Amino acid sequence: MAKEPKHLFDNPNNVKRLLSAFYLCCALLLIIDFFVHRHISHSWENLLGFYPLYGFVGCVLLVFVATWLRTLLMRSEDYYQAEQNHTETDSSLPAKKIGAKHVDD
Amino acid sequence: MWMIELPPFIPFFLGAIIAAFTRGLLRKIVMILIPILGALHLSLVPDGLHLQFTLMGYQIVPYRVDKLSLIFGYIFHIAAFIGIVYALHVKNTLEQLAALLYAGSALGAAFAGDLLTLFIFWELLAFTSVFLIWARQTHNSYTAGMRYLIIQVLSGVLLLVGAIFYAGEHNSLAFNYIGLDGIASWLIFIALGIKCAFPIAHNWLTDAYPEASATGTVFLSAFTTKVAVYALARAYPGTELLVYIGATMACFPIFFAVIENDLRRVLAYSLINQVGFMVVGIGIGTALAVNGAVAHAFNDVIFKGLLFMSMGAVLHMTGKINGSELGGLYKTMPKTTLLCIIGAASISAFPLFSGFVSKSMVMTAAINEGYSWVWLILLFASAGVFHHAGIKIPYFAFFAHDSGIRASDPPKNMLAAMAIAAALCIGIGIYPQGLYALLPFETNYSAYDVTHVLAQTQLLFFSALAFVWLSLRGLYPPELPSTNLDVDWLYRRAIPTVLERLFAHIWQIDRRLRLKAQAVLNSCIHYFDRKNSLLNGVFSPNYPAGGMAIWLAIVLAFYLLLSFTSH
Repeated sequence: MAKEPKHLFDNPNNVKRLLSAFYLCCALLLIIDFFVHRHISHSWENLLGFYPLYGFVGCVLLVFVATWLRTLLMRSEDYYQAEQNHTETDSSLPAKKIGAKHVDD
Repeated sequence: MWMIELPPFIPFFLGAIIAAFTRGLLRKIVMILIPILGALHLSLVPDGLHLQFTLMGYQIVPYRVDKLSLIFGYIFHIAAFIGIVYALHVKNTLEQLAALLYAGSALGAAFAGDLLTLFIFWELLAFTSVFLIWARQTHNSYTAGMRYLIIQVLSGVLLLVGAIFYAGEHNSLAFNYIGLDGIASWLIFIALGIKCAFPIAHNWLTDAYPEASATGTVFLSAFTTKVAVYALARAYPGTELLVYIGATMACFPIFFAVIENDLRRVLAYSLINQVGFMVVGIGIGTALAVNGAVAHAFNDVIFKGLLFMSMGAVLHMTGKINGSELGGLYKTMPKTTLLCIIGAASISAFPLFSGFVSKSMVMTAAINEGYSWVWLILLFASAGVFHHAGIKIPYFAFFAHDSGIRASDPPKNMLAAMAIAAALCIGIGIYPQGLYALLPFETNYSAYDVTHVLAQTQLLFFSALAFVWLSLRGLYPPELPSTNLDVDWLYRRAIPTVLERLFAHIWQIDRRLRLKAQAVLNSCIHYFDRKNSLLNGVFSPNYPAGGMAIWLAIVLAFYLLLSFTSH
């Protein structure tokens, strides 16, 4: 492991450079909006920076809603397997309740 | 020219038989040749060809060629070829044969001209593909495969019943425009909807596809849902309900995809999201919209295949597929990383990649036809798909925190298959006219104008900015080992639990009734027993009926003897 070569993103400066380039692109795209004339099909498109705003807000909302959904939907990894094991061990034991199993079982 | 009248599924079915009796290198050559020869054959077929015969007064058309079936025929050949190259190292005969038969069934369904033929291939799709799931050979894949099979067969049964009703209503089995009127059309619509992963009926896909083998999922992602899209485009174009169903499909899976840990399940959710765009296009029903849906299906087969292949490569090389266990793989899997990013850029519809040239057709059609809200939802879904399939998949697998796994790039055949798919993604993105020429309707659509390119680039870059911002602030939900509940909870947990309790009660009542009946019976037997013992005669101490019969027989025999001797 000691001999392992340094990889591209092991250097934090490279990550910083990549992010700076990315921020620059975003800024340029926003500025272009002031100069380029586009065909409008929907009234909302008249808003300056409609697409950037929609993309950004949409994704932030998406992540917040999805994170909140976790509180409702998230279960342990073996949620369904646990059920199987549960019933399997159950069947190996004598029926706890009378009538829990069919008499012919 | 008998060659030309050969339906395209025949080479695959024959090839499967030949492959079954060959081994090693020879089988590999046979398997690669099948889709190549099949595609060459298909390219010679003239438009409008029919193969038909009459069965019990109905026209059966097992082979019908027009522009709509042809483009699906081409893409199924491409998908089969890529999938076969990707799975060339596989030694499991059953899996290889299942893949060939599955691809053949998809072709059979795409060229079916009547509902009966469609039904046969519809069921064959289910029965052949389930072996690709079972090929993973785990307990989970077995149970998921069973659930998959039940739901797929249910869809087939609905299709059959719908077809019978349709024959009764229209006195024809022809598979053409059906439209939503009458019970037959609804039954067929639901049957197609199940295979198309309509909301609520979608769970078989996200349940079973991630449980299949690394190579099997690549085949699965290409055929079943696309056959359903083809059938919808044939039978229900312009059905407004589809617009809303499609918009829902495009939207809801992205929430699940963001919190899902299994990266192939993330892709399964985004598969539903992409099919949603196609369904919207079919629902709008104009030439541009249907063209867009079909073109998007074509591109989706390739880029979704590429993404499933790259994740399959990760699974194959590391044995892991959960986002929480992966990361930093770019260091030792640089080629896979690059190919995965090409797939991610394509599904996210970056300009110059294939998704862009087809998705924008559906979006443009939606806004042209006045579906403003649907257009906004689709725009949100476009940003969302970039978020989970475009960024999340490559980021958590290949970058993120270093998991310490040092797996190398996958075998050459896997890389070659991914490279072919990636080349097609970029090729179609740069030169979409080639794809547009194959579309069912005449088109003069151009994806590359300033408005489209700028809007899409802005949308994507600022979606990425949202990801960067959320990640840096620590607001992005971490990958956690978990199961997320979906509709399958109903039939895997809720209904079984309810039924278990219900049956427990029923058995209890049943048991009480039996005990009561037994008691009555016992008291009867005791009663007769007591009478018997009271008599206590020669004939009836222990076995009254049998004893009686024997004595009677002896008396009769004696009587018979007497009657003979008296003559």
